[in-house]
Amino acid sequence: VTASTAAAVPDAASPIPAGLSRAQLVELYYWLRLTRTFEERLTNLYRQGKVIGGLFRSLGQEADSVGSAYALAPEDFLSPLIRNLGSMLVKGARPVDVVRQYMAKAQSPTRGRELNIHFGDLEKGYIGQISHLGDMVPVMAGVALSFKMRGEARVGLVYVGDGATSTGAFHEGINFAAVQRLPLVCVMENNGYAYSTPFHKQTAVRQLSEKAQGYGVPGVVADGNDVLAVYEVTKAAVEHARLGGGVTLIELQTYRRKGHAEHDSHTYVTREELAHWEARDPIDRYVRRLDETGWVRADERAAVDARIAAELDAAVATAEAELFPEPTDALTDVYAEPPVIPPLWYKEPVHG
Amino acid sequence: MAEVTYLEALRQGLREEMRRDERVFILGEDVGRYGGAFKVTEGFLDEFGERRVIDTPIAEAAIVGAAAGAAHLGLRPVAEMQFIDFISCAYDMLTNYVATARYRAGLPTPIVVRGPCGGYVRGGPFHSQNPEAAFLHTPGLKIVAPATARDAKGLIRAAIRDDDPVLYFEHKFLYRRIKEDLPEDEEIVTPIGKARTAREGRDLTIITYSAMVWKALEAAEQLAREDGLEVEVLDLRTLAPLDDAAIMASVQRTNRVLIAHEDTRTGGVAGEITARINEQAFAWLDAPVLRVTAADVPLPYAPTLEDYVLPQTADIVKVARRLAGY
Repeated sequence: VTASTAAAVPDAASPIPAGLSRAQLVELYYWLRLTRTFEERLTNLYRQGKVIGGLFRSLGQEADSVGSAYALAPEDFLSPLIRNLGSMLVKGARPVDVVRQYMAKAQSPTRGRELNIHFGDLEKGYIGQISHLGDMVPVMAGVALSFKMRGEARVGLVYVGDGATSTGAFHEGINFAAVQRLPLVCVMENNGYAYSTPFHKQTAVRQLSEKAQGYGVPGVVADGNDVLAVYEVTKAAVEHARLGGGVTLIELQTYRRKGHAEHDSHTYVTREELAHWEARDPIDRYVRRLDETGWVRADERAAVDARIAAELDAAVATAEAELFPEPTDALTDVYAEPPVIPPLWYKEPVHG
Repeated sequence: MAEVTYLEALRQGLREEMRRDERVFILGEDVGRYGGAFKVTEGFLDEFGERRVIDTPIAEAAIVGAAAGAAHLGLRPVAEMQFIDFISCAYDMLTNYVATARYRAGLPTPIVVRGPCGGYVRGGPFHSQNPEAAFLHTPGLKIVAPATARDAKGLIRAAIRDDDPVLYFEHKFLYRRIKEDLPEDEEIVTPIGKARTAREGRDLTIITYSAMVWKALEAAEQLAREDGLEVEVLDLRTLAPLDDAAIMASVQRTNRVLIAHEDTRTGGVAGEITARINEQAFAWLDAPVLRVTAADVPLPYAPTLEDYVLPQTADIVKVARRLAGY
């Protein structure tokens, strides 16, 4: 492979893998860069005290989220975890809504009830996570069950981390889905750590894909920092599921380059380990490949970068100008019926 | 008119809802060919097929979680817990995921989780439980507990039609012991959130639910016969949301309240009802609210132990007499 960027070779000389078009490669670049830049913006807002709760980064894992979600059709569903901002953006989540969530605004998708990227959209096809790891596996098995029951050629994709694969809910959900041969793909992001707990204290298997044997389903592994490899492996599993082949477990091997959340001192990893993975940054790798092949030129990427900056400016400005929810909105929509819970008699609402 | 058992009434309600609404389906352990541990879904596999009567692995969290996911996508799942004791295996899924789904994410989650509860059957600590208090404390869930065949049918139908998640606790002691004439042409639907006056009276009220309703009625009969007391029995039918209006109306009629439940005492439903009466109808009370409950122990197996721990008709009579004497 030559490292020439100026004299880019034409498409024909270096065929694009996985049946992707040049326009799709630009899109993939857009989603990767948007995820990275967006989280950097959010970090600034967090440091300015404008984020109400904690902030979670997916630095170094963007290719996992983007490449896997990109393999889904519009009618498919996914359920993200805390490091899958990229998946949600690909599925149609709007940056302004993410900023609203972090800032606890009234117009956020959860109306200030939930934090960060804990939100979903049934129209766009993603279901909001809860904090209890593994729980979304049975839920997404149920989503996939509804597809199967109705004879729809749709697929559910659920994300878990290395830590979540230790939970009972993961086991129950995958086993149920495997027995029922449901159209479910489980992406297991192995990023090395669950909070501070390293992989070897999480599980005795050598790699997560080995767990598939216990459920009688295929288990595959891909380089999680290669967005095209992620796309390819996920696409194959999704189409396998769509054709009635059932569950696939995909292990994406990657690395979490930030702490669990921004408050985490991250002292449990070494500089050497970080440097090793910085050198394998998924966006840098993708950009190098685009340069080497000439698939997407630097000036095209610069235009994407500029578009992202403008979109994020607008999203932050919109969200910042908005208000917190009215206090008494807290009493609505616990139930469909009754729609409002009576207020406690001694409560005086304090307005934001 | 046809005389049907509590269990048959429940089965009829389930079957009629499945016939009425293609979105309704059943999932649980051994519910298919076997028809369920208590045969509630007997014959369902033949009528509705494997697509709508799903035998699952032993995995309560997966059963409830999958029900929730399917409900988000527009279906109406009815999940069976083989014994309601095992609902604790799905406690996380119910309290953290299902109960919060509408509030935190606007997700419709119209599921029913049903199963046999209760003691008096020598079932021991893990086949006799009454777990309602654990869920009464969780906003977002509804809880029903029928005492009669009519309500066994009416409440399962209402639960399936309800847009919120409903826990349906059916009492296994009543399954085949209670019979009632239910008109075949009547569409019986018991409204959720509405108590029923099982017996009218003016001297004191026994507030209760589920199998304990029958012991309360027995006690009321005895008290009428032996003491000349007119005892009102209020069958709550729904525990969440509690029918405060019916409770307070009865307090205002009789001014004396006994709350009876089969569940253990501390942190039980009776404590919550007592607090509400205290807040909303204190001025109407002529006596402290008294409780008849199980003792605060796991439910033991031996007949002598179980009978001692669980509330009996004689206990209700004794406490009612104390109450009447204030």
